[in-house]
Amino acid sequence: MDNYPVLIVVAPLITALLAGLFVWIEERLSYPIVLAGLAVSVFSAINVLIQVLASGSIQYKMGGWPPPIGIEYRIDLLNAMVLCLVSGVAFLNLIASCRSVKQEISDRAGSYYTIYNLFVTGLLGVTATGDLFNLYVLIEITSLTSYAQVAMGDRDRGPLASLNYIFIGVIGASFYLLGVGYLYIQTGSLNMADVAAIIKDAPASSTVLTAFILCILGIWIKMALFPMHVWLPNAYSYSPVVFSRVVAPLMTKVMVYVMIRLMITVFGYDYVFKTLHLADAVVWLATIAVLAGGIMALAQKNLKKMLAYIIVCEIGYMVGGAWLGNRLGMTGAILHILNDALMTFALFLGVGNIIYKIRNVDLTDLKGLFGKMPWTMGGFVLAALSIIGVPPTCGFFSKWYLLLGALEKGAYHFAAALIISSLICAVLFFKVFEICFFEPALHGLENPHSHGAIEEAPVSMLIISGLVSLSLIAAGFYSGTIVNRIIIPFLG
Amino acid sequence: MNDLLPLIVAKYNYWMYVILMMIGLYAMIAKNNLVKKVVGMNIFQTAIILFYVSIGYKTDASIPIIKSSDTAHGMVVRAADYINPLTSCLMLTAIVVSVATFGFAMALIVRIYRRYQTLEEDELRMRLSE
Amino acid sequence: METVFSIKPLLAVLVTLFAVPVIISSSGRPNVRESWIFVAGIIKFLIVCSMLPDILEGKQISLTLFEIAPGASLAFRVDGLGMLFALVASSLYIITSVYSIGYMRGLDEHGQTRFVSFFAVALSATIGVAFSANLLTLYLFYEILSLATYPLVTHHQDEISKISGRKYLVFILGTSIALVLPAMIYCYHVTGTLEFSPAGIFTGQLPKPAATVLLLMFVFGFAKAGIMPFHSWLPAAMVAPTPVSALLHAVAVVKVGVFSIVRVMTGIFGIRLLSDYNLGIMVMIIASVTILVGSCIALSQDELKRRLAFSTISQLSYIVFGVALLSPQGLLGGVIHIVMHAFGKITLFFCAGAIYVATGKKYISQMGGLGKKMPLTFAAFFIGSLGVIGLPPSGGFYSKWNLIIGTLEAQQTVFMIVLLISSFLNAFYFLPIVYRGFFGKSGEEEVNRPVKIEEANLRMVIPLIITAIISVVLFFYPTVFINLIKVGLGI
Repeated sequence: MDNYPVLIVVAPLITALLAGLFVWIEERLSYPIVLAGLAVSVFSAINVLIQVLASGSIQYKMGGWPPPIGIEYRIDLLNAMVLCLVSGVAFLNLIASCRSVKQEISDRAGSYYTIYNLFVTGLLGVTATGDLFNLYVLIEITSLTSYAQVAMGDRDRGPLASLNYIFIGVIGASFYLLGVGYLYIQTGSLNMADVAAIIKDAPASSTVLTAFILCILGIWIKMALFPMHVWLPNAYSYSPVVFSRVVAPLMTKVMVYVMIRLMITVFGYDYVFKTLHLADAVVWLATIAVLAGGIMALAQKNLKKMLAYIIVCEIGYMVGGAWLGNRLGMTGAILHILNDALMTFALFLGVGNIIYKIRNVDLTDLKGLFGKMPWTMGGFVLAALSIIGVPPTCGFFSKWYLLLGALEKGAYHFAAALIISSLICAVLFFKVFEICFFEPALHGLENPHSHGAIEEAPVSMLIISGLVSLSLIAAGFYSGTIVNRIIIPFLG
Repeated sequence: MNDLLPLIVAKYNYWMYVILMMIGLYAMIAKNNLVKKVVGMNIFQTAIILFYVSIGYKTDASIPIIKSSDTAHGMVVRAADYINPLTSCLMLTAIVVSVATFGFAMALIVRIYRRYQTLEEDELRMRLSE
Repeated sequence: METVFSIKPLLAVLVTLFAVPVIISSSGRPNVRESWIFVAGIIKFLIVCSMLPDILEGKQISLTLFEIAPGASLAFRVDGLGMLFALVASSLYIITSVYSIGYMRGLDEHGQTRFVSFFAVALSATIGVAFSANLLTLYLFYEILSLATYPLVTHHQDEISKISGRKYLVFILGTSIALVLPAMIYCYHVTGTLEFSPAGIFTGQLPKPAATVLLLMFVFGFAKAGIMPFHSWLPAAMVAPTPVSALLHAVAVVKVGVFSIVRVMTGIFGIRLLSDYNLGIMVMIIASVTILVGSCIALSQDELKRRLAFSTISQLSYIVFGVALLSPQGLLGGVIHIVMHAFGKITLFFCAGAIYVATGKKYISQMGGLGKKMPLTFAAFFIGSLGVIGLPPSGGFYSKWNLIIGTLEAQQTVFMIVLLISSFLNAFYFLPIVYRGFFGKSGEEEVNRPVKIEEANLRMVIPLIITAIISVVLFFYPTVFINLIKVGLGI
């Protein structure tokens, strides 16, 4: 069917509005409606991926208007992969979170699902679109809905965390908008492919340079690259579980996708790496981001905050990999989008299960968890191993490419930062494991050595977290396939 | 210096937007009161909106609405007579976004006020760290 | 060398892995659970043995699973060297399973299902290392082994286990991530492949300083080999239950470490490159330091398991030493010491565990006169120590002999002296134990009481007798292993 590309984005949109309507009529129907919307989205995304693998990029013109006048959705291999990822993660998260939502946001569950689907719409749209201003609009949809969801979390700290997030988010999006404005001044077009063609022919001008810097800066703020990451730990920690589970894996990675899209498709490899001389400085910045994220994670006493800082570290990997300027580095960065999303999702699924049972995840609350929640912790261990970079989990393979790319470029500082951060993550996670393994549990276990009451999370949550953790190993084994079929053809 | 001054004077509107943006940014960062921060955010976004609208301006052009009388008698419509409508339309969207963000931020402020009875950021920070 | 394609290597690795869910599901019925372990262990051993005829004929069995990047895939290749290691590991697994059942039930330990499951996973990883075709696969299974043995080392879940576990991880995981991973990636970056090749993978791309640094990174990075200064995890890991110490730290984990070093030196660098750059001497010096210092420290230890641990550290470096000689006899001696030391050391650990279960004693100074109460155990201890010292009629003599011939062949007579001194030290720290056991006086008991024989339970005593006997048998019939080495390393 030709309409799959737009169906991916429109299905969650319509079901979001329908669910909003149904809040007044029959609230219990909101959840199934929203779930159905995401299911359609996943189905369409997979179909689009198959289509793109078979016959090359798809161009979908909105309303039949041809570009550059009309807005188009342009799906190539990179998009298709990210679309599948986003819709899949959002869908699985919704299934796993049914009970968390009831637990944390019981009074407004119906409206929450509306906002959730709008958020996913925004993300999917950002990924699919081929128009620069449309990108801004969808980024803003994503951001607004995420501000709302953060505020729905912790009753005391959520609103203020959300407000701080709004301030920084607005600055980021506005910088991007300003950058698009400059591009429009120079090229007169808002379509990505069109702009790319015009810039390539035009001599390097300060307008384009300003546009590039502003766009990239805005996106960096949105993806929480150090030092513009300050909104992330608070926003992710104080938001409800269901939201942190979907935003942590997806939002920053989609922003990385946008950065790569801008770098490769709009401005072009030649402009970014040959005309500008920023690449080395950015790799240094990424190195610092990696190390800073790791070190700040070490200082945390709350599991969710610790994981948030690890995300900052991972973003450093991707930015550094993309800016290394060689194929291996870019391959590593793109592969890491997929891998990091899966790893972070698996981690947060585990954390969500723990919160469902124990309500709080300060590190001291985690005692004896291996005995009480063995399956959850099993999934968590796999995800942690992936972040440390132990084969055969997928995290190892993206690190492989990133390290190779760094060595080829001669960016030994970045390679060293990768290794050091692996060690720091190992220390971090084993600190958590020690607490879970050695300390006797606090809640109701008399003898730490007995097979005490296993109080696991409900089966629906366990199945999803187990599935995702196992997919980490599968993604690891299939990295070769993914790289060969999707990434290398994309890089051309 | 001699050729800088005409340059500044010619593009004075853009310099105004830059100043507005800086005021907005300053307010967002340096002010203590939450409402002032949000107002600063609004000023910042407004500056960008004005910037875009300025892009579309052409000398001696009028608003981009074509009346049927203009196309009568087979007269050709010349694009140079009308300012570029695209940028203004884009800004319609941006204004909507700005308003939505502003409204949402206000709702959050009301929530925070109800909970903490203060809107000063340093006091809030102190309260939260307790 | 003819290559046969077969799924057997993968099966051998997976057998014990698949046994894990079965073990977990029968956790409530200990006898059923133990029988599953046996079945899995025997099947694994049989699969490994079934590949033996092909290997002895000089063929290689190969299987590629996934290709990650060109030149870096997950693949198995069984050759003489891998077969040797796999035979040792899988046969000893069966024996150790019997022993560990006796030990755990004898002490009524907790968490036996978890123990047995991770034991099985560790074995899978060991066989995986043995059958790895390239450095990436080896690294993968090496890491899995590190992680699978952590719950085993920290089994007792008390404070000292936590500290020892931490040390274990820092030394083993830390070195592999910080040293082996960059070195591996650098190799791939320079040559584009990681396959173990008979003459190494470098074709003139590696200048001497880079080769030196790379070799050092590998030798120290595989910290499981216990080369000083990254050896501290070994004595710390002795807090684990003795079956863990026995199999893993005398056979599987530490042998994986030296095996990896042997593979890297012969398959990645290649003997020719190492001798051209004269890197053998450097490794021999490092190994000699560990041999001598390890033996000296062993002398000072009173706790039996710690003495055995330091003895292991010292003995492992014999293997590295042998390979570093870069001469055929040296290689033969070093690699066959993998086999001899495994059987000898495991006997010693079995005895230590039997003594602990039967009498609760851990310190050598307490063990006076114990030989009269536990004659079988101490006799086996004697034979095991012969194997480690290197005296006939135990197999250890064969490996030491070859090592000494190797030093003469490579014209490194200085190092022959190292070997002789350390053998002397080995005798010094083992024989007194036996002597005291049989002829010493125990502290507490009255002299006039008749001596009752109180061996540990049969499930523990039979294995140690078996391994002691095998240790002697190997002296008379080492041919299988010798042929495997000759075929595998082309000497």
